[in-house]
Amino acid sequence: MKAKHQRLTLALVALAALIGATLLAMSALKDQAAYFYSPGDAKKANVAPGQAIRLGGMVEKGSIARDPDGVTIRFALTDGRASVPVRFKGIVPDLFKEDSGAVAEGRFDASGTFVADNILAKHDERYMPPQIAGDMHKTGRVE
Amino acid sequence: MIAEAGLAALWLAFALAALQFVLVLLGMTGNRGELLGAVRPVAVVQGLFVCAAFALLIWLFLRSDMSVKLVAMNSHSAKPFIYKFAGAWGNHEGSMLLWVAVLALAGAGVALFERRLERPTLMATLGAQAFIALGFYAFLLFASNPFARLSPAAAEGQGLNPLLQDPGLAFHPPTLYFGYVGLSIAFSFAVGALITRDVGPAFARAMRPWVLIAWVFLTIGITAGSYWAYYELGWGGWWFWDPVENASLMPWLAATALLHSVTVLATRDGLRAWTVMLAVVAFSMSMVGTFLVRSGVLTSVHAFAVDPTRGSFILALLAIYIGGAMALYGLRVGTVKEGSQFDPVSREGALVANNLLLSVILCLVFLGTLYPLITEALGFKVSVGPPYFNLVTGPIALILVAIMGAGPLLKWRRDELKPLVNRLALPVLISAIALFALVAFAPRAHILPLLGLVVAAGVAAASVAPLWKRNLRRTPGFVWGMVIAHLGIAVSMVGMAAESSFTKETLVAARLGESETVGPFTVRFDKIEPIAGPNWTALEATLTVVRGDGKPFVLKPQARMFSSPPTETNEAAIATRIDGQLYTVLGKEDEQGRWQLRLWWKPWVTLIWLGGGMIALGGLLSLVGRVRRERRAHDRKAYA
Amino acid sequence: MKKGWLLWLPLAVFGLFFGIVAYGLINPAERTIDSKLIGKPLPQFALPAAAPGIAGLSQADLAEGGEPRLLNIFASWCLPCIAEAPVLEGLAGQGVQIDAIAIRDKPEDVAAFLKRHGNPYKRIGSDVDSRVQLALGSSGVPETFVIDGKGIIRYQHIGDIRPEHVPVILDQLRKAR
Repeated sequence: MKAKHQRLTLALVALAALIGATLLAMSALKDQAAYFYSPGDAKKANVAPGQAIRLGGMVEKGSIARDPDGVTIRFALTDGRASVPVRFKGIVPDLFKEDSGAVAEGRFDASGTFVADNILAKHDERYMPPQIAGDMHKTGRVE
Repeated sequence: MIAEAGLAALWLAFALAALQFVLVLLGMTGNRGELLGAVRPVAVVQGLFVCAAFALLIWLFLRSDMSVKLVAMNSHSAKPFIYKFAGAWGNHEGSMLLWVAVLALAGAGVALFERRLERPTLMATLGAQAFIALGFYAFLLFASNPFARLSPAAAEGQGLNPLLQDPGLAFHPPTLYFGYVGLSIAFSFAVGALITRDVGPAFARAMRPWVLIAWVFLTIGITAGSYWAYYELGWGGWWFWDPVENASLMPWLAATALLHSVTVLATRDGLRAWTVMLAVVAFSMSMVGTFLVRSGVLTSVHAFAVDPTRGSFILALLAIYIGGAMALYGLRVGTVKEGSQFDPVSREGALVANNLLLSVILCLVFLGTLYPLITEALGFKVSVGPPYFNLVTGPIALILVAIMGAGPLLKWRRDELKPLVNRLALPVLISAIALFALVAFAPRAHILPLLGLVVAAGVAAASVAPLWKRNLRRTPGFVWGMVIAHLGIAVSMVGMAAESSFTKETLVAARLGESETVGPFTVRFDKIEPIAGPNWTALEATLTVVRGDGKPFVLKPQARMFSSPPTETNEAAIATRIDGQLYTVLGKEDEQGRWQLRLWWKPWVTLIWLGGGMIALGGLLSLVGRVRRERRAHDRKAYA
Repeated sequence: MKKGWLLWLPLAVFGLFFGIVAYGLINPAERTIDSKLIGKPLPQFALPAAAPGIAGLSQADLAEGGEPRLLNIFASWCLPCIAEAPVLEGLAGQGVQIDAIAIRDKPEDVAAFLKRHGNPYKRIGSDVDSRVQLALGSSGVPETFVIDGKGIIRYQHIGDIRPEHVPVILDQLRKAR
């Protein structure tokens, strides 16, 4: 193999690898990127069960209920247009309360309940995703 | 006065960087070659001035001088000494000053110690370093002055983000910055070599120690950062694929690739253009990382400065430096002569594969990190999290690690497949045994962690193979370094795989006196009481833990309330055992007086960071080995 | 022979990155959003006093008198609030009535803050858990609302009021009349 050929071969292999990586990334992103929905949008878009999304809205007044096990919490997230029941097992952030904003990460189960793996509360110093802004009239602004 | 002195030192350093750049420009273009004699001293003095400015900022923080805006915004007089100290860089302006200080120090280091690089290339390198520094000084002075006064002075400071009040913070960012910004030397070397068209083994040998130093710091920084996030966030995870973590991972991936390609260039004079490209990319990734963190275009757990003007400023700097270097590459690299060639089956071949796979991983992480930005431009919002990153990087990392096991067993230039198969027989056997053992004893493990354990077992064996039949005392340091670093990768991988497949979790609401089990432990919830720290109050649970018939011990997780700014954090209590860690978090009280407890038993999780430490140690040994060997060679030449 | 364009590929990739990011910077995601309550009446609330000697605040207090006024959201632990204090005093000196809500604060801290930086406020309600702040659609401290004589929110100022903002605030107060 001539020197110049080797160089060209290497460059083309590198190019192929990077293009391959991009294609792989794009196809994976299509399935794995968690889209941000408000409850209304989620209802309208008919999000498939099992798809990872983020759901952001207000915790509906009077909707917070704890299961007898003490660690599972149920509540409803609303944006005024629709309301989605959410179930979460774990320790909720300190600013999670009724009538305040929260973002749930997780997926819908077959019955239409949103099963959250993680809850991010608005105004939580630990996490203020800009997505919270969304349709809501408030935002996590970093002071 | 101290603040004004600091600002003056910063301005002087800015002027010296300008002088350094002009000296190089005039000295190399005109016939004023004598000017170049002044470049080295100027670089050193510039470094001293920035360090002075940084020392003065620390002094202001230690004195709690609330007339300085930065101190008032980020410190508090009731804060313990170490956090006043660390507060100096736990904020945007201070960390940018640290960034520039490391940049100038790196330049000073090259000016003082670099003796092997050809003089014109060295001068061009120092010119490039000064040019980079100029932009970042300007950024500090015009867009984020750390010494700005506050009028009227505040009575009391606002405090430091409680999450950042941790001993880990005191050393994590500086270490990371030494790595991040240390890569600027490789960048400047590449630019210098492109200008003088002097890319060859001598250039590679000169660049290698600098890349190694930066890489060692970066490795330590990432390892420490991962451990910090693990015990401080109280979420039990050790890597979150947060944009800020990715910002440190991307330069590491590029630097790791560079470290290997520079070896090919130094030993075999191959991969010339590619090595130059990687050197440019590595520091570009550091700058992009800085931009992502500092501009707030991607909000994350860590983003503490959100300011579009600052973002635009850094973006303009990126355009000048990265765009400039890549344009120079396009113009010049075609004129760099072709290096020597090699067979696909050879040490070079394996290193090329290593480089390609690292680049692919880098590309995947980069795309995943920026994807939310791309879609936002298209009008919809997404967040990309661990599911994506684990899915795409995991399998490729596995292949990469497998090749890593085989690579050092190959000869340079050309090798045969058959003897390689013989050399790999034992590692493959070990992998096979591991596979059977796992399938027999842990049949429910997920496929990726399972494969990880299998590959790691074989690679661990293959990693130490280069020491086989060698006189261990006469084995050079860089061989030891390679062996230990590669072994570290295998060790770390065992930790990651074990953590992800064997972790046991118990999440309960417990009453006082109740016992819970997690893994091999029994945890009794004894009491809960309020306690107070220097600037926080907390509820502290006392958990008495027994493992089998062993001696009981006590863990005390806390839920802390900080007063300024008002914030709650969870302080996990962790017990480290030789075969893993017990991780406990205290949650909230429910209406019936029960407390949420989250308990994890994470077998072998400590191996993740132990492996990280080994990787860094390997780099260090390699560095020392190279330097000593060259000094000896130098001495011999002197006697002859 | 190696194709020339390959050499320019890195620059092209960087150009692409630059374009996307520059776009992201120029069109920042909605990081500060105006309250959707503008033009709407205040939500119901009644807050206890935030410091000894000063009355607490309810939405009814804000509607009484029929004169437009300012509602300032502040906290003793907030630094921009210190910078804002002299400007608010100036406004109060011009006869503007200012009420306030102290966010996540303690009475002794608020008292110390008022002592040191002046007290332009008529009433201060204490909002220990940010509940009212959230209901108002305020996202941080400091923020200031212009409330008209009927208790309708007319204008929202995000961040500290600097001297250059004073004419705007006064103009809004005039319009709310």
